Amino acid sequence: MSRESFDRELRVLQDHLLDLGKMVERAILKSVEALKTKDTEEARRLMAADYDINRRRYAIESETMVLIACQQPMAVDLRTLASVLEIATELERIADYAKGIAKLTLQLENKTFIKPLVDIPRMAQKAAGMLHDSLVSFTNRDVEMARAIASRDGEVDDLYRQIYQELMTYVIADPNNMEGASHLTWVAHNLERTADRVVNICERVIFTVTGELSDLEEGMA
Amino acid sequence: MEEGKQKMTTQDDHPSSVLHPPSSEIRPQTEASERIKVEGLNFYYGAKIALSDISISIKDRRITALIGPSGCGKSTFLRCLNRMNDTIGGTRVEGSVLLDGRDIYDRGTDVVELRRRVGMVFQRPNPFPQSIYENIAFGPKVLGLHKNKKDLTDIVEQSLRGAVLWDEVKDKLKQDALSLSLGQQQKLCIARSIAVKPDVILMDEPCSALDPIATLQIEQLMQSLKADYCIVIVTHNMQQASRVSDHTGFFWLGKLVEFDNTERIFTRPRQKLTEDYITGRAG
Repeated sequence: MSRESFDRELRVLQDHLLDLGKMVERAILKSVEALKTKDTEEARRLMAADYDINRRRYAIESETMVLIACQQPMAVDLRTLASVLEIATELERIADYAKGIAKLTLQLENKTFIKPLVDIPRMAQKAAGMLHDSLVSFTNRDVEMARAIASRDGEVDDLYRQIYQELMTYVIADPNNMEGASHLTWVAHNLERTADRVVNICERVIFTVTGELSDLEEGMA
Repeated sequence: MEEGKQKMTTQDDHPSSVLHPPSSEIRPQTEASERIKVEGLNFYYGAKIALSDISISIKDRRITALIGPSGCGKSTFLRCLNRMNDTIGGTRVEGSVLLDGRDIYDRGTDVVELRRRVGMVFQRPNPFPQSIYENIAFGPKVLGLHKNKKDLTDIVEQSLRGAVLWDEVKDKLKQDALSLSLGQQQKLCIARSIAVKPDVILMDEPCSALDPIATLQIEQLMQSLKADYCIVIVTHNMQQASRVSDHTGFFWLGKLVEFDNTERIFTRPRQKLTEDYITGRAG
């Protein structure tokens, strides 16, 4: 007995999820690049592109529901589809962080950064790299890789703390820096949350393979 | 989990009888005791082995589903539980099947009494070509379970109520049972089976001849019956097994590959073969 039709549809669904993942990864990187260069045109494009990301997420949700209803998947198939739903949601939320950074770019258009942007782009690279790899681990159903990616969240958290403390020193030195520091703190916060959501994706990879739901962040605390 | 053996029940101390029909209310599941224990069961059709080294513990007041591809031995196993295979020539059984601690294959077993205690519902409804009333009254009459006519009428009513058929047939009890729809006929067969106060009800593909509505009604009926009976069902329909049962056993080529809580079997089976079968990639 084979389930060629189901397997084919599952592959198509997974491809759609990976496409969404690529869009979101690009959105995160481009949002920080637009911030760095104060490219408001690009920031507006990114905000508009978020609607497309949302639509794609709904489409994935709809395809998944159809597969569940029509194919009655069980065991690993059911876990895979449950994970696709969760991962699509996480991706959409990460895209919202990118949109948030784009909005902040518009607010910072005519202002000077209170410090050069060095660590924030590094955070973005790390978070986007984690996102990319998490989707590779999902494609390959690689539990060890998923665990290793989750452990990289600590590096992003460290950078966030470092940026926050640094920005606070600028505020203490000159309270007029408050608004500029606040904006950049929000950007760093969005990137830190992005990495947290990637950890959630890694949890779903492990669930897909093993059926075990575990809190990876708790394990690393 | 191994549990202590339950004492033999008699008709007098039977926890529930047809005079106390199952409630339709949802009751909390309490810890289940073991009703049937199968140990090292081998079954042969002539020289051919059909079941090999089956060991399983079946709980009372729970629904146990047996799944597997055609010819895997699940129906043969079901028929071992009330010695229905005895009627087939050239068959042989090894191992033991304990019902409340007593081996049903012991020489002294009263097979008629065994089949009263372990009733069976078949794939296609098989009412007798008699009235609805007579279909239910037949078993209690033969076994002498009633004291008088009123007693018998009470058993008929309570059995039909127990099978959630009473309201549909109470005004036509003298009508031919074959005039009922297939779903109603299957409920009638279930009522007939509970009329003789069984402990266990075996169901061999009880819904395979029924439409989806009748199937759901039988499934709901099973859920209410499990408050009072140990139910074992063979089904090809894995969605049905996952909907109705508490425990599931997966058979493959005469062997019991995996037996576990239904939730576990259909979400995280331990054996790859089970996973391949329930995801449609083996069988």
